[in-house]
Amino acid sequence: MLPALKISGLTKTYKGGFQALKGIDLTVQQGDFFALLGPNGAGKSTTIGIITSLVNKTAGSVAVFGHDIDQELEAAKSFIGLVPQEFNFNQFEPLMKILVNQAGYYGVERKLAVERAEKYLKQLDLWEKRNDAARMLSGGMKRRLMIARALMHEPKMLILDEPTAGVDIELRRSMWGFLRELNQQGITIILTTHYLEEAEMLCRNIAIIDSGIIVENTDMKSLLAKLDVETFVFDLKPNSAPKALDNLSSRVIDDHTLEVDVNKSQTINAIFIELNKQGLEVLSMRNKSNRLEELFVSLVGSGQASVDSAVKE
Amino acid sequence: MASSRNFIALKSILNKEIQRFMRIWIQTLVPPAITISLYFVIFGSLIGSRIGEMGGFDYMSFIVPGLIMMSVITNSYSNVASSFFSAKWQRNVEEMLVAPVPNWVIVAGYVGGGMARGMLVGGIVTIVAMFFVDIQIHNIWVIITTVALTSATFALGGLINAIFAGSFDDISIIPTFILTPLTYLGGVFYSISLLPEFWQGVSQINPIVYMVNAFRYGFLGISDVSLTLSFAVLGVFIVSLYTIAMVLITKGIGLRS
Repeated sequence: MLPALKISGLTKTYKGGFQALKGIDLTVQQGDFFALLGPNGAGKSTTIGIITSLVNKTAGSVAVFGHDIDQELEAAKSFIGLVPQEFNFNQFEPLMKILVNQAGYYGVERKLAVERAEKYLKQLDLWEKRNDAARMLSGGMKRRLMIARALMHEPKMLILDEPTAGVDIELRRSMWGFLRELNQQGITIILTTHYLEEAEMLCRNIAIIDSGIIVENTDMKSLLAKLDVETFVFDLKPNSAPKALDNLSSRVIDDHTLEVDVNKSQTINAIFIELNKQGLEVLSMRNKSNRLEELFVSLVGSGQASVDSAVKE
Repeated sequence: MASSRNFIALKSILNKEIQRFMRIWIQTLVPPAITISLYFVIFGSLIGSRIGEMGGFDYMSFIVPGLIMMSVITNSYSNVASSFFSAKWQRNVEEMLVAPVPNWVIVAGYVGGGMARGMLVGGIVTIVAMFFVDIQIHNIWVIITTVALTSATFALGGLINAIFAGSFDDISIIPTFILTPLTYLGGVFYSISLLPEFWQGVSQINPIVYMVNAFRYGFLGISDVSLTLSFAVLGVFIVSLYTIAMVLITKGIGLRS
């Protein structure tokens, strides 16, 4: 089976001499949910720009479902749906027109385009806003509009450049669900993001790019297996006055909270042995990551409490 | 398959462009009607009655074709210049660039939009003119051909201007400093045969002279220049400007980094 995307020796040098890509190779298989991660300025958006023909490459080749962008650009383009990082729709046009026009650029008949626009606007909870000018939407709605727009020609590969940047937790999670459904339907998804949790939860394979070079390209499980430190938070009885634990990397947060980093080579038992030595009594213990996010989603999602009370918690 | 896709894409761009200027009709369709009414009142009724005949016609009848053509030129140019630059500025031009839309379809869509506005405004101005003068028609096909080719020429010019423009100021420089002087000196208000020989020669390098005169021939049957030469000038301009626009878009000048 042809790969959804095959990049070979891709380089990009901008006017002025800045080399954004230094000969990257990348293959994304059909049906994959692929993360392209990297710090700001690493070359992620340049890579996406070249794939979607918004940036001219300096050298190398890009093939989308076997169609080389140098020889069969229009065929390659027809497979791709792009959700860019910046809002790039006409702010003065109503949502429905933006979507129907976009479908038209891909040769989708108006009647079918209207049906699809209705489907995606409803799925992405934008139907009520269909006749509003795009500038009237909130940031999260604008992000969803760009996803709907990218799907109007029913692409086989969806590229999302930081689709959840600036989006609140609840909405981010609903977008994750939507993207998972698309992937389950067979759409290959390539995602760039700054939220590592997002990549971890969604993607099966991952490439990390830094200074225009791919420094890691593997499956998510193998990458996570490389993580050798996990941090645990221990809530102790009030006024316990803990001290840093011997033989372990730990930090005293306050008189009843202790954080401990645990290496893969260590057991959690070792922590309790040290805690016992100090005579400290543990009320509860939890993994440090994403505590606030979990709390926020559970409160807001259930409608039991307001955002304010969640934050106060 | 590809031709059907291209046709739908062209229709989409055209619809978008026409809906854009119709949505803001107070900015796009009303001002030319008011401006041209003032021209008719001042140059036609007030001053024109003292000028007498020109080219065998009363002054008001003589300036009508030129004034219509002036509106067509200005509107077809500014429509594409502002619409395409705005699409660049808001980055929604990327909607077309990422889609399998051939460059000629993008050019044809925007130029078609500019022509539609130019010709619609031309029609409105013609209707306004009918309140001031009895419009004569010598050859309707010359009128239609001239207005279509002229609006296409200036729509292409507006597109090239927008491709190079880096700010909104850049799309007003050419209309202000080049188009307006060329139009006023292009025989809208006078026959170039009235000019001294030297200035008659200079006028002949002004392409708008050929457009205005061909258009005037369609209405009144008189022209300072040959009709064949006028169409040849229009043809050369269209082919040249289209080629330039295609090269710029294909290379991605001002569009791709």
